[in-house]
Amino acid sequence: MTQANTPSSTEAFDLVKALKDAGFAGMVTFGLCVPIVAFRAEQDMANKLVLQQRWWMALVITGLVIMARFLFSLHQHSRRNEHAQQAPAGTLSALALIKPYLAPLGFGFITIYPLMMLAIHGPGGSIKWIDNFGIQILIYVMLGWGLNIVVGLAGLLDLGYVAFYAVGAYSYALIATKVIPETFPFLGVWAFWICLPISGLLAALWGILLGFPVLRLRGDYLAIVTLAFGEIIRLVLINWVDFSNGYAGLSSIPRPSFFGIPFNASDTGFAAVFNLEFSPIYRTIFLYYVILVLSLMTAYVTLKLRRLPVGRAWEALREDEIACRSLGINTTITKLTAFAIGAMFGGFAGCFFAARQGFISPESFVFLESAQILAIVVLGGMGSLFGVVVASIALVGGIEILRELDFLKEVFGPTFDPSQYRMLVFGVAMVLMMLWKPRGLISTRDPSVVYKERKAISGSMVQEGHG
Amino acid sequence: MTTPLLKIEHLTMRFGGLVAVNDLSFDVHRGEITALIGPNGAGKTTVFNCITGFYKPTEGRLGLRHPDSKTYLLERLPDHHINWKAKVARTFQNIRLFQGMTVLENLLVAQHNPLMLASGYSILGLLGSKSYLKSEKAALDKAVAWLERINLIDRADDPAGDLPYGDQRRLEIARAMCTDPVLLCLDEPAAGLNPRESLELNALLTSIRADGQTSLLLIEHDMSVVMAISDHVVVLDYGVKISDGAPEEVRNDPRVIAAYLGVDDNEVAAVEAEVGL
Repeated sequence: MTQANTPSSTEAFDLVKALKDAGFAGMVTFGLCVPIVAFRAEQDMANKLVLQQRWWMALVITGLVIMARFLFSLHQHSRRNEHAQQAPAGTLSALALIKPYLAPLGFGFITIYPLMMLAIHGPGGSIKWIDNFGIQILIYVMLGWGLNIVVGLAGLLDLGYVAFYAVGAYSYALIATKVIPETFPFLGVWAFWICLPISGLLAALWGILLGFPVLRLRGDYLAIVTLAFGEIIRLVLINWVDFSNGYAGLSSIPRPSFFGIPFNASDTGFAAVFNLEFSPIYRTIFLYYVILVLSLMTAYVTLKLRRLPVGRAWEALREDEIACRSLGINTTITKLTAFAIGAMFGGFAGCFFAARQGFISPESFVFLESAQILAIVVLGGMGSLFGVVVASIALVGGIEILRELDFLKEVFGPTFDPSQYRMLVFGVAMVLMMLWKPRGLISTRDPSVVYKERKAISGSMVQEGHG
Repeated sequence: MTTPLLKIEHLTMRFGGLVAVNDLSFDVHRGEITALIGPNGAGKTTVFNCITGFYKPTEGRLGLRHPDSKTYLLERLPDHHINWKAKVARTFQNIRLFQGMTVLENLLVAQHNPLMLASGYSILGLLGSKSYLKSEKAALDKAVAWLERINLIDRADDPAGDLPYGDQRRLEIARAMCTDPVLLCLDEPAAGLNPRESLELNALLTSIRADGQTSLLLIEHDMSVVMAISDHVVVLDYGVKISDGAPEEVRNDPRVIAAYLGVDDNEVAAVEAEVGL
């Protein structure tokens, strides 16, 4: 034992054992593949079952598994040696060297991203890249940052966050399609800008309404009640047809205007006013910058609040609620502010979502959305804003990327659709994260105030909160 | 004699059929260190939890009289007002620091309420107003002053959970003191400390008493601490007060000796008759 722990003696890589393991894994895979993959029964034209044989596919999968198992052995071996020798300081300092430039670089990139895409793909091809990737990811970044206040900072596990997203979206849709045309038709082009704060406030109000009954609950119980709250909102939207038009949803929701100038082909439209050729791309680029500003506002407010007494009280609440009470902190109000402010940002995002889609239905606000937003926060880790960005890019962008993997059709045949495997990929990603980085990608906490020297706090110290 | 700071009258706390504290009355005097002692399970921590609002007493009155002669009935206050309005602070038997927050942050959380007011319930703070920045600076100065006093200034930026046990105890006391209490309740502050740390603690507690703003009420098992620093000792056994007085009187009280050490079997009847059990 002592031999193995001394830094000088690094274990030799056991090639035979690794090959044996890989071979065994391959055998098991092949055995499983024979009935599942290698034989496939298909109906032909005459409705007769025909047995197709796909041995090459079984062999490809087996080969992949063998390779993966072998690489895993190699990885484990190098990790063991790293432990023996301590981590070399060089790799860490290289990371520290880039770190100060990371924020401005990233900020610069997201600012010019739509223009870059426009230059690369042209007005027609770039809509997909700006809308599906840029806007979609930024919506989830904003939702993640909003939920991060509740889950990451205050430590209250909220499984029904999508309810506030729905409240925001339906507030905008209903006010813009029903209230404004009937009462203040002249405000039509300004609908989005008027409804944005209203949606946020309504969502915050619902956050407080949800907050009251669940204040006494902790942990699992809190999670279940918030989950139920999310479902209640969705079921009300489905069943109260007079109010929300049920399953059919609300359509022809007004799109945002460029501060009063609509994006259409008319003479007073954006293209005509600025002497441009009409193209839907301008609206997409504008929407991108709207959500970018909204998310940056979320980040700014979160960062500010963390350094204010209320933010510190949220984190203290996550660490130890009883100690908070002994220090005279009103835990009720503190929890409610976390719920309300988190919900408010969800409401803003919902308002934007409705304006971007032009159509909403209860289908957009299912539990899976809540789960995905929560997954982003958990993967990001520790109430870290940067972690949420990385997790959103990985989860939302990664799933969008699956649609682009057309070359896989060459391997698995023309009927293979990679995007159908997104839930599988999602699940595997979660399992791997829990194994390697159980506290999220950014597993350190940044202190909110510094006396002499800023030191990151290891995740093992920080509590996850008990509801 | 001046009016007592805290007057506990007929305090009773029942949990179902169990009477944890029974008809307890005693006074905590201004500018003194009062020790609450007794064998395990005597109900000391229950008394603390009643005073600091974690339990609502079944019966009794807890009257706290501030130096400006404002009086608070602790049993009627909501729990966060006990610290914020009535200025009673406490520490816990099993230390309850915010482990994942830095030592400095712990002391700032303790100043939550005044800072919250100064930040205009976060609105002025979000706008970065000068008056808030000034009070934040004052709060930091106060925290730093306490860190210097408890010798932890070098570890201000370390997470509280990283500190050794004795330092965590001192930090918890400093955190409670950052709320400017008139009464500081310490639940076994010397538990788990080595003799040297125990002496440091004695010095800290007597210096807090010497400041004159804060009176102390402490639960303690370590008799060297109790006898060295306390001005007044109250002894509980099975939820009932069995002795109350200066440390010397209490030490020689036969009822206290009986409660702590027990008596010979053949003397039980005699002692019980004497103490009126």
